[in-house]
Amino acid sequence: MTTTTLHPAALTDAGAASRSCETTGLRVCLSGQQFIKLNAVAGIVFLLLGGIAAILLALTRWQAVHLLPVDWFYRILTFHGLNMLIFWILFFEVAILYFACTIPLNCRLFSRGVAWVSFGLMLTGAIMTDVVILQGKADVLMTSYLPLLAHPLFYLGIILMAVGTLIGVFNFFGTLYIARKNRTYEGSMPLVTFGALAAAIIAVLTLLHGAIAMIPTFTFSMGWTAEPDPIWYRMIWWGLGHQSQQVNVCAMVTVWYLVGFLATGAKPVNETICRGAFVLYILFINLASAHHLLVDPGVGVTWKIWNTSYAMYLAVLASMIHAFTVPASIEIAMREKGYVRGIFGWVGALPWRNPAFSAAIISLLIFGFIGGITGVTLGTQQINIIAHNTLRITGHFHATVVGGTTLAFMGLAYYVIPLIFRKDFIARPLARIQPWLFGGGILLVSIGMSFAGSLGVARRSYDIEPAGIYGPTTHLFLGIMGVGAILAVTSLFLFVGLCVGTLLFGKSNQGRAMEDWGVAVAAPGIKQGTLDVHWAMKGTIVLTFIFLACFAVYYFANWKALADVWYVR
Amino acid sequence: MALLAPPKDWYHPAAGAERLWIGIALVWCFVMSLMMPYWHFRGKQNANGTTYTVTPKDYLERTEKFVAANKVGDLNGIPIVQPAPGTDIYLLGRMWNWYPVLKLQKGETYRLHISSMDLQHGFSLQPVNMNFQVVPGYDHVLTLTPTSSGEFTIVCNEFCGIGHSTMIGKMLVE
Ligand code: HEM
Ligand SMILES: [Cu+2]
Ligand SMILES: [Cu+2]
Repeated sequence: MTTTTLHPAALTDAGAASRSCETTGLRVCLSGQQFIKLNAVAGIVFLLLGGIAAILLALTRWQAVHLLPVDWFYRILTFHGLNMLIFWILFFEVAILYFACTIPLNCRLFSRGVAWVSFGLMLTGAIMTDVVILQGKADVLMTSYLPLLAHPLFYLGIILMAVGTLIGVFNFFGTLYIARKNRTYEGSMPLVTFGALAAAIIAVLTLLHGAIAMIPTFTFSMGWTAEPDPIWYRMIWWGLGHQSQQVNVCAMVTVWYLVGFLATGAKPVNETICRGAFVLYILFINLASAHHLLVDPGVGVTWKIWNTSYAMYLAVLASMIHAFTVPASIEIAMREKGYVRGIFGWVGALPWRNPAFSAAIISLLIFGFIGGITGVTLGTQQINIIAHNTLRITGHFHATVVGGTTLAFMGLAYYVIPLIFRKDFIARPLARIQPWLFGGGILLVSIGMSFAGSLGVARRSYDIEPAGIYGPTTHLFLGIMGVGAILAVTSLFLFVGLCVGTLLFGKSNQGRAMEDWGVAVAAPGIKQGTLDVHWAMKGTIVLTFIFLACFAVYYFANWKALADVWYVR
Repeated sequence: MALLAPPKDWYHPAAGAERLWIGIALVWCFVMSLMMPYWHFRGKQNANGTTYTVTPKDYLERTEKFVAANKVGDLNGIPIVQPAPGTDIYLLGRMWNWYPVLKLQKGETYRLHISSMDLQHGFSLQPVNMNFQVVPGYDHVLTLTPTSSGEFTIVCNEFCGIGHSTMIGKMLVE
């Protein structure tokens, strides 16, 4: 089936289909490289499509502008959700998986044939879905809640996408297998691969849920089987919808560790803790689909409380652990470089001009302080009463999956293109500001949506005027969302422009190291003191305690808000 | 070293500030976990998901019977009904209105049934901002006590087709 199977597994062996990286000195699998390229490019194309949709939506929900006609609003909303949350994210994640199983493990990709099948299915599925949506045959939004019904090809497209991704994940596992069998690396796998492994395991569970929800819906839409129960559908669909967010979190945290290492040389203070936190994700995330059903009929209260608290909070614990260990690893690396003054003396010396690094840090802050805190609070069983299906929800997940995951992935691209495509970026000053612009824009989007939602504005609604109850404050927050959207989408277009421009016109860096974005350097006249790595991360300690204080205030403020509404049992 | 193999002896128990943070975070997770059962027994606002299955046809019949027995007026063509406190009351969502207009008394408790005739809808009571999912085939029962009076608006907040944003209802409390 393939030619690579004739090559030895270890990339360092004679005759391996690999090249050496002039920047890192690592060996790069040529097949891995090719499919990283294909999947990353496909992802960025869908990001662009989703971005065009984003600005149309935001300028419609910004009631003062109210751009689209009603049918196109729901059509574009369907389009945006799927192109962003599913297509962009999954293509890019498959690229990350192919990276994480080959280069760090010094191993060739398991199979080019499998990679082609995966890519072909995913691309066919994504294009099929997009065409059906734009033809107006699937105005059902991304969740396609029954009894809403779309054209069968809509479901088939999503099924192909899911199956294609599963096959890509299989290729990842296959590569891990041959790496271990042929001992291409020694000892334990690197943390990047471990994080990717956690993501891959959750992805399998996730995509199986997707198949279980979509296949009977597809056969129903063909008229072959009876209609699946709508509550059953919601429960299984969110087994896909929520768990895939945990795939994103794993992938994002992995990128944080990776970029922290590339830009500052950071290494975990304690590998056991970092790995243990990834294991918590795998063990405790599966039931968290419950927090999408908190105010649903037909789902018992014990089930709701058990599944949100027991399961979710151990996954939350995992995120809180990473929220400490990632900045701690960076801080320790900086202090070891001699920046030991005070609590935050090391912050100024961080490589802020490196867009991958700034993207990772902004991603961490937005994800933690906004996405995480709002997510846990809104997903609290009773508090959900005052948040379900309002714009607060949309405000929450634009902080997690956009300000968090998407921004982290953008940051990674600033290394992927020079190292894998071997082109140095054009317009580097623009690249340096891109993450700041995106982070700032998304911050406004998220804040605007969250406050409008607190004032009762529904998500997924074309027009708030018919209700006749929303005043100037509401419109102000929708305006803030709109302005943020203009900034964020401008930055998104800038990102895509920089990537495409670099691929077309960037200077090749073959035969030399990539042009440096800027890394943390040792302080002049560094004194080689001994650092107590267990307590030296003073800045991180302060930061995490501020975080906990914000969390507690927001959390209990929401209980207070809940206590003020009507009594209900 | 995230990209390279960890040192051979990478297994270490948690220590120092990391250990302290894990401990504190774990306690916080327990606090949050316990808040929900606590509120379930002590709090006044709970979404217990009491539900019966019902066909849309039966639900419509029940609602019509309820409206006929308690009708006191009309609001924009939708009947206003004023049921006795403590009774079972019915609201149905359909593309694209809420039926009927309920007139309730502040401080009294009602068993509010909500269901849908067609697609899923979202019961969003404004400006109180309380939200519940409405699903066809499921009779969702909320034991509800209004604690404020005035004219309230029911916004649909689950997408239900092209007229979704115009699916607005009223609830009166005196
Ligand atoms: C780049 C800037 C972006 C802006 C300005 C933006 C804006 C919006 C707006 C205005 C909505 C509609 C909210 C509503 O009416 O309910 C929306 C929905 C959504 N967005 Fe974004 N978005 C952006 C990026 C993203 C990205 C990168 C993702 C995923 C990775 C994403 C995922 C979603 C999802 C899942 C929905 C919900 C769709 C639904 O309700 O069916 N967005 N976004
Ligand atoms: Cu509706
Ligand atoms: Cu609706």
